[in-house]
Amino acid sequence: MDKALYVAMTGAKNMMLAQAAHANNLANVSTPGFRADFAQARSMGVYYGEGQPTRVYSMTENPATDFSQGPSMETGRELDIMVERDGFIAVQAPDGSEAYTRAGSLFVDSVGILRTGSNLPVLGNGGPIAIPAAEKIEIGLDGSITIIPLGQGADAPAIVDRIRLVNPPTGTMEKSTDGLIRPRDPENADIQADASVSLISGFLEGSNVNAVHEMTSILGLARQFEMQIKMMHKVQENSETSASLLQQS
Amino acid sequence: MHAALYISKTGLSAQDKQLTTVANNLANASTIGFKRDRAVFEDLLYQIQRQPGAQTSEETQLPSGLQLGTGVRVVGTQKQFTAGSLQVTEQPLDLAIDGRGFFQVQQPDGTIGYTRAGQLHLSSDGELVDASGLLLSPNITVPDGVNAITVGIDGIVNAFVNGEPDPQNLGTIQTVDFINPAGLQAIGSNLFLETAASGDPVTGTPGENGLGQIKQGMLENSNVDIVQEMVNMITTQRAYEMNSKVVSTADQMLQFISQNL
Repeated sequence: MDKALYVAMTGAKNMMLAQAAHANNLANVSTPGFRADFAQARSMGVYYGEGQPTRVYSMTENPATDFSQGPSMETGRELDIMVERDGFIAVQAPDGSEAYTRAGSLFVDSVGILRTGSNLPVLGNGGPIAIPAAEKIEIGLDGSITIIPLGQGADAPAIVDRIRLVNPPTGTMEKSTDGLIRPRDPENADIQADASVSLISGFLEGSNVNAVHEMTSILGLARQFEMQIKMMHKVQENSETSASLLQQS
Repeated sequence: MHAALYISKTGLSAQDKQLTTVANNLANASTIGFKRDRAVFEDLLYQIQRQPGAQTSEETQLPSGLQLGTGVRVVGTQKQFTAGSLQVTEQPLDLAIDGRGFFQVQQPDGTIGYTRAGQLHLSSDGELVDASGLLLSPNITVPDGVNAITVGIDGIVNAFVNGEPDPQNLGTIQTVDFINPAGLQAIGSNLFLETAASGDPVTGTPGENGLGQIKQGMLENSNVDIVQEMVNMITTQRAYEMNSKVVSTADQMLQFISQNL
């Protein structure tokens, strides 16, 4: 069988994978703090022995995540926070390790632990943050949490803790399979808190997915997919023609 | 089959839930004591198709792998306990809580429901009941021949009876607070139930220990912000359309392959 069939097949298969990556971005077009994934095609040559290097397979990969800023959405809720410019909010992953996120819709659970919308404890200076019963909770620019304890007046604010904010170079970070951001190299896991990261409370950061870009990529990939199928069709015609030639002789 | 079909399906169902939330908020834009809901979105897990750093040959490695996300889901809805605006009604049995706290009403099965809607009425026995006839807890009974009822900011209910100069103390309306009001379970009829997530109810006197004062002759409006909900509706609709476009594109691709090969 002609090798072109297999080359076209990998092309079609990897375009479907790339579409899945774009479809995931589009499905998360309104997930707060979501970071879009890139998808690119890499050419993978299969060269061995003598002869022309004609077989180059395509391979889809997502080389990185887009860490650009998403739109800010005003919510007016005191526990909604948004990281201004670069930086991440430190949270405790289910396995107890530290991970990072940009999604800042927080709440206080029944025992007073500050958690993100997806139920992960937010980390402070020394582990998860416990907030005593409070009349009002304010999160400052630098992540410090000020409360007015129950029964005390507005003249007795207490500082509880400070949300751990980090700003590692985004090139060293990647998205894990649970959607949280972690260092690409586990040896770089010791990330120091950065005082220059600032928060705005009362806002949430939207998803940074560019819907138009994802949509056009999906449509473009669909057309390229059709071209691959056409190629397979042509290979089929070629082999039918050669079969009929052999029959006549 | 094409993975994009299932991924976009999660997007469609999440946007669907979001629209349900928006519709419910808008429907309750003028429900007294209503607190708006917000759908909390989260990206689903990622599947590693190709591990970054895998060997492509003895000397070479893949510089980056392929990790495909599987879509989005709604983790839950969050009640937003921001204060609604207060409207002055001048009705003696309309009460609003200015700050934290909930009124308690006794449900038919004896458990306590919590509400922010302070539209109280009198039952045929003279007891204070909420709009659906549930008894206020602790009970307050208004005797016959009462001329006027006053409710103080600390919840003390006084009645003025014709011909008597001194007011008659009928009892105190107590309010309760929760550490995580967003964890309460909304059961409709403006009522909330205590859950493990909300924490235990802390009963107290209105105006003390962080509980809001009671304002007589006022009602708390719904905290739904119409403009915000309309904007949410627009973004939800467009996101839904784009996800359905992906489904139809994936469908066309599969159709093309089955027709051409």
